[in-house]
Amino acid sequence: MEAHAAEVHAHHGDHPPAANQSSRVHASVLGMLLFIASEVMLFGSFFTAYFFMRVVQDQAVPWHDQHHLPVFVAGINSAILLTSSVTMHWALQSIKRGNRVGLQAGLVLTFLMGLTFLLTQISEYARIGFAPHDDAFATIFFCLTGLHGLHVFVGLTLLAFATTRAFRGHYSPEHHHGVEIPGIYWHFVDVMWIVVYTTIYLI
Amino acid sequence: MENPFRSEAAAFQFLLVTVGAFALITIAAVLNTWAGVAVFVVLTVAAIGYYLHQRGQPAPRREVPHWGEPDEKRILVVANETVAGQGLLEEIRRATSSGRAQVLVVSPALNSPLRHWVSDEDGARASAQARLDQSLQRLGELGVAARGEIGDSDPLQAIEDELRTFGPDAVIISTHPEGRSNWLERGIVDEARARFDVPITHVVVDLEAEAEQA
Repeated sequence: MEAHAAEVHAHHGDHPPAANQSSRVHASVLGMLLFIASEVMLFGSFFTAYFFMRVVQDQAVPWHDQHHLPVFVAGINSAILLTSSVTMHWALQSIKRGNRVGLQAGLVLTFLMGLTFLLTQISEYARIGFAPHDDAFATIFFCLTGLHGLHVFVGLTLLAFATTRAFRGHYSPEHHHGVEIPGIYWHFVDVMWIVVYTTIYLI
Repeated sequence: MENPFRSEAAAFQFLLVTVGAFALITIAAVLNTWAGVAVFVVLTVAAIGYYLHQRGQPAPRREVPHWGEPDEKRILVVANETVAGQGLLEEIRRATSSGRAQVLVVSPALNSPLRHWVSDEDGARASAQARLDQSLQRLGELGVAARGEIGDSDPLQAIEDELRTFGPDAVIISTHPEGRSNWLERGIVDEARARFDVPITHVVVDLEAEAEQA
């Protein structure tokens, strides 16, 4: 065993050998898959509670109809959030083509629209007319939309770092990983909002 | 399967597909609740089928640099139940007859799926070790100096592990004949040739025929 270890060391000189990595799944892909799986389980638990509550309720007036949700305002907010994904995509495509102004403009617009979404949601919470402790529907409504809002906040934090770095001259057509990762996260947050908005507000 | 969040562009595309899918579900649900459920189920099944049948970019072949002295040949032998087969022993002797050679015999500890998932591999490792000892003794009698190791239960993973720590110039994979070989059925030899940039020899060992001849 010692002879074998010495042989390995001699082969690599003073440097440690490259980390062994299974070729079945690339590490970054595996990491993203695990992250998404954990997020799906997190949101999934709340959706399960929501649908269970809707199916087993024995109210004369369904829970869903007892609360007047701001469907129109939330629809406008959804459009804002979806548009922010377009500007995020534009920002990344811009830096890939060497267009620094496009990157900066895209990131600023994405950040501002994300902030608008979050502030609008907070504003709606204040005016919605029911509180989390009122009943089961109210609890699950605030949990699901609040959990999503938390994700938007994390996304805005990542975007703030990316935007600051963009104005400091970071990123290039070859190196833009610092924009790519927040971009992936931002689109994931938008996907989750589509599911939340459709199930809670529309259906 | 390709991860829909593997890049920003892929994630953006996935978002657009999600918007379209949920628009269809909403329209169907507004018309009739069960229609909405049906559209949801159909789209979900279609999406799962689409992603499962996608093929990602094949990984580049792993290069294996030469280890040890320039005139020394390193041979990795991967075999389990056929590790003591006469055909394999002859192939090893032929491969090592041209000069200095180091031989490493790896015997993957094959296990049942249930035992694998509950980490009950003691029996599989003991069986693999017994066959390995028998094979090393037989190689010693033929004048071939070899050492052995128990490898991962996945033969491809076992090869990859040894490429990292042994650096073979050639790999010999021994299997049962076509029809009785689980490894051949799984395409292990072809997969190994596609994945690793090292000469790979496939040896078929028919233990039943050898037993009849003996």
